[in-house]
Amino acid sequence: MTDITATAPAIVGRSLWGDAWARLKANRAAMFSLYYLILIGVVSVFGPWFVPHQYTTIYADYVRMPPSLSAYPKPDMIETALAEAIKRMRVDIKEWHQEGSQVFVTVKSTKPIDDRNIRYLDRSDAFDDTKIESKSPDGLEVTMSASVKQQYFLFGTDNTGRDLLSRTLMAGRISLAIGLLAGIVAVVIGVIYGAAAGFSGGKVDEVMMRIVDVLYSLPFIFFVIMLVVFFGRNFVLMFLAVGAVLWLDMARIVRGQALSIRRQEYVQAAEAMGIGQRGILVRHVIPNLLGPVVIYMTLLVPQVIILESFLSFLGLGIQEPMTSWGVLISVGAKNIGTANWLLLFPAFFLVSTLFALNFVGDGLRDALDPRDR
Amino acid sequence: MLRYVFRRLLTAIPTLFVIVTMAFFLMRVAPGGPFNQERGLSPEIKANLEAQFGLNDPLWLQYVHYLGNLLRGNFGPSYNMPDFTVTELFAKGLPISVQLGASALILALLLGSVLGTIAALNQNKLGDYTVIALATAGSTIPTFVIAPVIQLLFGLTWRLLPIGGWGDGAFINKVGPVLTLALPQIAIVARLMRGSMIESLRSHHIRTARALGLSDWSVVVKHALRGAILPIVSFTGPAAAALLTGSVIVETIFSIPGVGRYFVDAALNRDYTLVMGTVVVIAIFTIVFNLIVDVMYAVVDPRVRYD
Repeated sequence: MTDITATAPAIVGRSLWGDAWARLKANRAAMFSLYYLILIGVVSVFGPWFVPHQYTTIYADYVRMPPSLSAYPKPDMIETALAEAIKRMRVDIKEWHQEGSQVFVTVKSTKPIDDRNIRYLDRSDAFDDTKIESKSPDGLEVTMSASVKQQYFLFGTDNTGRDLLSRTLMAGRISLAIGLLAGIVAVVIGVIYGAAAGFSGGKVDEVMMRIVDVLYSLPFIFFVIMLVVFFGRNFVLMFLAVGAVLWLDMARIVRGQALSIRRQEYVQAAEAMGIGQRGILVRHVIPNLLGPVVIYMTLLVPQVIILESFLSFLGLGIQEPMTSWGVLISVGAKNIGTANWLLLFPAFFLVSTLFALNFVGDGLRDALDPRDR
Repeated sequence: MLRYVFRRLLTAIPTLFVIVTMAFFLMRVAPGGPFNQERGLSPEIKANLEAQFGLNDPLWLQYVHYLGNLLRGNFGPSYNMPDFTVTELFAKGLPISVQLGASALILALLLGSVLGTIAALNQNKLGDYTVIALATAGSTIPTFVIAPVIQLLFGLTWRLLPIGGWGDGAFINKVGPVLTLALPQIAIVARLMRGSMIESLRSHHIRTARALGLSDWSVVVKHALRGAILPIVSFTGPAAAALLTGSVIVETIFSIPGVGRYFVDAALNRDYTLVMGTVVVIAIFTIVFNLIVDVMYAVVDPRVRYD
């Protein structure tokens, strides 16, 4: 006799989320967007620490420098910067030349030259490590050397000479943080309100949804502006407020879902089996609500980012020197004639992020839609 | 039908009343007032001004006064532009905003429907993907990016359009703002049209029409379009209300003297009457256009009846 061991092929059941993840992974656009979002997130959060410039540092000598892959100062800018610094010393240039990254300059004056004058060269954004090389016996001529400070402004600089790269990354931090935080606020309020209305049903539901209708009919901008007026231009309060305005859609969606889930046969079956309200809520309603909530959340985040940019554009949102993509774009829009990079870089970051969020949202909707299996 | 319209207009009155009341009190509980400017007025002048506009009366009395004036069609004077009444400001700005908004809406409806139909007829082919890509771009890129990019390309690089300004309504000055207003709407209409057209083309009467040997053109334009247009009709209501009452962003960027900026400026300056005027105008536009849309529904779809 031989033992017949039937090894049934192991069937691994896939949970709702496992299945959704598998479907999402098959969606190239959504996965690419997801990686892109992660990249933007990481770059925005950690990037500002690695960029050599602070987002608030003002380089007075480099105002509105166009973006460039090579270092500033450009060869032709050294002479101007030098002349500028020497002018501040109130002396005249006799001769100057450059050896590698060192600049040697001989200055002369009618009065003896004070050694402390070299600080004017250090103060310039273009030079560093100024030393006195030699002095004429009468003190009327001094030769100084300074090293040229190499600085990179990959995205150029803005109207006050701040590095646009570090500002764009910093702005990304703020915009993404606001998007997430306000999104979460909106989802929490919306889910609680909508679920409460959907579960209570009857008169309570009627009244709660009429309130939502009335709030809907008030112009949206009016609402936001009133909130800004109330809370002032405080940035944390402001995005809490933005979140508090955007919960209306969420409440409607969740209420509709809750109502329809309650009428499903499996819920009736559970009720017939004597499972309590709480059990039904935990086992059936919440898991089935999560799908639409997650989808709506990914679509809400870009909405919040747009709204924040919109407010910042009007000057009601984030205030200088703090920055967000909306602030940068509004500055860029005012300078398109002379410095279009001020518009193009932040706009690219904002738009590409919005695109990615939309693709991820669409991907999640397809992945979580139970009718589409 | 007439009775339905009449009933709808009657039910609009309480809605309007609630909106006016909420806006009135929300505005008043906000800190500050219309005459608290940074370069402060002397207290006597401020007191006189407030007395002149009745701002010292108890709030409920001001509210009653305002409602009374509103019923007589009087929106009151603007506090921050003292030479104008709110009615005059709207008479000046509204035609401009309505012109731009209406042009944008018509452009969006025509172009969006055509693009959506093209996509539906070429489902899952190149034409479809192109339209979907355009629609995604149009609905993702915010207006305050589109507007400066249009200025940059058409105004500065190619020098085809003026960068901004109203120019007494010259056609060339309207192109930029209308385009900016229309692009996101084109995207929405195209998407709606694509979806409903695909569905409409699958229906039985279209199959019958094809079986009867009707030309493609006649099938699509005469038969499928009628069924597919319903979502577009319901989109038009809120879209028209929003577009015709002006856009802050577009009017700011292109320096258009429309009503779009009134709301923001007035709310920030606590120009109570102007804020209230804007709220009322927007609410009336919304109510009227939703009503028109519901009536249109019955015209387009004979299955819809209001008795």
